[in-house]
Amino acid sequence: MQISLFITCFNDTLFPETGRAMVHLLERLGHTVTFPMEQTCCGQMHYNTGYQEETIPLVRKFVDVFEGAEAIVAPSASCVGMVKEFYPKVAERADDKVLAEKVDELIQRVFELSQFLVEELGVEDVGAYYPHRVTYHPTCHSLRMLDVGDAPLRLLRNVRGLELVELPDYEQCCGFGGTFAVKNAETSTAMLSDKMCNIKSTGAEVCTAADNSCLMHIGGGLQRQSSGVDAVHLAEILASTE
Amino acid sequence: MSKKVEQTPTFEDSAKAYLDNTQLRRNIGHATHTIRDKRKDVVDELPDWEALREAGDAIKTQTMRHLDKYLLQLEESIQEAGGQVHWARDAEEANQIITGLVKDKKVNEAVKVKSITTDEIGLNKALAEEGIQALETDLAELIVQLAGDEPSHILVPAIHKNRAEIRELFKEKLNKNELSDRPEDLAEAARLYLRKKFLNAKVGISGANFAVAETGTVAVVESEGNGRMCTTLPDTLITVMGIEKVIPRWRDFEVFMQLLPRSSTAERMNPYNSFWTGVTEGDGPQEFHIVLLDNGRTKVLADEMGRQTLNCIRCSACLNVCPVYERTGGHAYNSVYPGPIGAILTPQLKGLEDEGVASLPYASSLCGACYEVCPVKINIPEVLVHLRGKIVDEKKRNGGLKSKFEPEHIGMKLLSRAFANSKRYERAQKIARSGQKLFTDEGVISKLPGYLSKWTNTRDLKAIPDQTFREWWRQRNE
Amino acid sequence: MNEAKQEILSRIEVALKDVPKTDQKPDIYSQQDYRRQGDRSADEIVDLFVERVAEYKATVKRIDESELQQVMDASFAVQEVKNLIVPPGFPNDWLPDTIHPQHDNPESPLSHDELDQSDGVVTTCALAVAQTGTIILDAGTGQGRRALTLLPDYHLCIVRADQIVELVPEGFARFEESIKNEGPPITFISGPSATSDIELSRVEGVHGPRRLEVLVLNNK
Repeated sequence: MQISLFITCFNDTLFPETGRAMVHLLERLGHTVTFPMEQTCCGQMHYNTGYQEETIPLVRKFVDVFEGAEAIVAPSASCVGMVKEFYPKVAERADDKVLAEKVDELIQRVFELSQFLVEELGVEDVGAYYPHRVTYHPTCHSLRMLDVGDAPLRLLRNVRGLELVELPDYEQCCGFGGTFAVKNAETSTAMLSDKMCNIKSTGAEVCTAADNSCLMHIGGGLQRQSSGVDAVHLAEILASTE
Repeated sequence: MSKKVEQTPTFEDSAKAYLDNTQLRRNIGHATHTIRDKRKDVVDELPDWEALREAGDAIKTQTMRHLDKYLLQLEESIQEAGGQVHWARDAEEANQIITGLVKDKKVNEAVKVKSITTDEIGLNKALAEEGIQALETDLAELIVQLAGDEPSHILVPAIHKNRAEIRELFKEKLNKNELSDRPEDLAEAARLYLRKKFLNAKVGISGANFAVAETGTVAVVESEGNGRMCTTLPDTLITVMGIEKVIPRWRDFEVFMQLLPRSSTAERMNPYNSFWTGVTEGDGPQEFHIVLLDNGRTKVLADEMGRQTLNCIRCSACLNVCPVYERTGGHAYNSVYPGPIGAILTPQLKGLEDEGVASLPYASSLCGACYEVCPVKINIPEVLVHLRGKIVDEKKRNGGLKSKFEPEHIGMKLLSRAFANSKRYERAQKIARSGQKLFTDEGVISKLPGYLSKWTNTRDLKAIPDQTFREWWRQRNE
Repeated sequence: MNEAKQEILSRIEVALKDVPKTDQKPDIYSQQDYRRQGDRSADEIVDLFVERVAEYKATVKRIDESELQQVMDASFAVQEVKNLIVPPGFPNDWLPDTIHPQHDNPESPLSHDELDQSDGVVTTCALAVAQTGTIILDAGTGQGRRALTLLPDYHLCIVRADQIVELVPEGFARFEESIKNEGPPITFISGPSATSDIELSRVEGVHGPRRLEVLVLNNK
């Protein structure tokens, strides 16, 4: 399959290792990966903070960049959520019927990585090896917006050497929430504190998730506390081999 | 000349103190976790829960779209049944009407059932100014009233007080020498105190959970029995109701009387539900007044996206699952309506000129847990983002120079420019990467200046690595 | 028209300018597929009702009408009931001789204090819902006006097995006619009164009757 990588501005700049892992993983599974260079950002940050007008040009750009792609896959549930749930609303705000049509058609072909692997490719064992104790944090977008269900867990269960432990109170938000993490830093930290407490209680060496935005926040906290626990994106675990 | 709107504290500023109050955190954390689990059990029991939610959403949405029609029908039905209907444009008008009705009865005390609507309009204070004491009869409201405090939760207003604190309060205010802190004994003390009041009250004041347009029936949903006391024993009953509480038909209760108890107290059915239609000879109050209150609800109605906020049936399920509310408690919202529903209702009722009120739509990480449990499917995250958009639009229009220099505004503008095309974007990446060198140590940033210090106060920040993904990709394909 | 009413209605009209005129009474009801009818047998319904009422910590017994007087007698002895409030239309031949009945009637209603100082009240009911263990009163024959079942501290309610429906929607549907016509006051009672206002731990018995006893009469 020809897979167009939607890397996300976040991963491109801060977590290129996640992008690299995704490329290696998909190629290992026998697919061709392309990367449309013109892509920049999906606009989620702007949209959620209230700068919805500024999101319009970003939607247009996205639609242009990925026109004709067979499958558009991103290692980010929140960015995919933005595209699938809110792009139609932005097109409506722009009062542009042509754009709206293009958006409606395009979003059918946009996927979050774990959902893509399990639901589209029908793959649960990606031939990975990762000999560590791991706990999985379901990010709010993957859990509630995209409804990825247990796709990430199924993938993790098939990773050789990996010991998967359930995270207590897993459905609780980690406290990132985009600009919330700074605007309401104290409350965000209180939420993070409980999330880290739960992670530590599992004895896991690694906390993983489908979103680096949350992992940046969780990892930032784990590191500040010298907790000895790493935050690693799901793609990197799945790409890992012997 | 426009009135300068009084500024209240922002959520961010208020939350700090409450986050540090470990007793409060424990009380609220325990309470919300308990009820969360109970709710899940009673909801999972119903095979048609989702169908009920759909129905609740459909009925409420339909009602809002034809609100004037239903209100007129309600008025006619109530009048036909012997009740009297009053309309109040705002809190002041409502208070005037109610105070007038009570004074007509020549009494200086009225018994009251809990009603957040009466808190919203500040009824007790307005009555007190006319020498009338409104006695709260809900146990929690009584506690809050005796403590001279403010409610902190829609359903359980005294959730921020534990049993020891309540015992002390009762000992002092109800003149008790001996009193244990067992909830049973505290409840008994309240019962005896209030019994006398109920038996002699001439005027009762209540809110209403629902009012049926087709029949004029008003419903009060409760657990303690004080609602029945206040709406049955006095000669005169005055009910205050937000206009959004009207429902079309009697049979709509099939839906709402399943959604509400399971979502609020996590029961199959709460102990008492009273449904009265106007006045019944020889049974209960012989004079019934209902005050239909606007007080900003028509403003909410006018916002097509925000209108769904009026679907709320005040169950408080959203408060009980909110990770923010769980940690800050209700007082941090500085509003009669706290939690997720408060964060969208308060700004729409009051407007956005008060910076404290305008901070409420940002008091959320948009996790969506509230939307998941809302029995009438209000898409709270969607309305939060919509309100943020209105706030930003307002700032752009009227914020002047000050708002243009806010860090967030500058940041968003810079990012917009950077994202406009990939060349600019890549340049911005490079600039950020070199610019961060000052703050980076071994790939970690532990201190940032100014606004961004709010991140690094409690978390490390990953530094931008030496090679971006696209640089790697380019190299790879050379 | 009253000025406030006028203004509120016109605010609403302006607020709803996006609603097309053709949006008149769309049929939102036929599409709804929540359960309106239960599927349990008559006997299962009674069993469920008894089970749910017991969960509320109300006393509940299933008996034949022939045992009624005897069972009531025993209950009143246990509850120390001497002065018993009796609503108009309640079958007097059900009452045991050992109690002192205080009949309430429209010509000479009992005072609040008399009701408060009594030892209890006995009533029939209009309907009951098994799913939620709910008794429904509509101030009809044998039930009396609302104050009767509110002030006494003990309420004995007699429910006939054929008065029990399975689901909440069935309960509401049954009153549709009467509420549209006579509009009687309707009270739903699901257990004795309670509060969860202290640390969210449930405490029984605040203002309504703290002791509720239900007798379910088997069908003849």
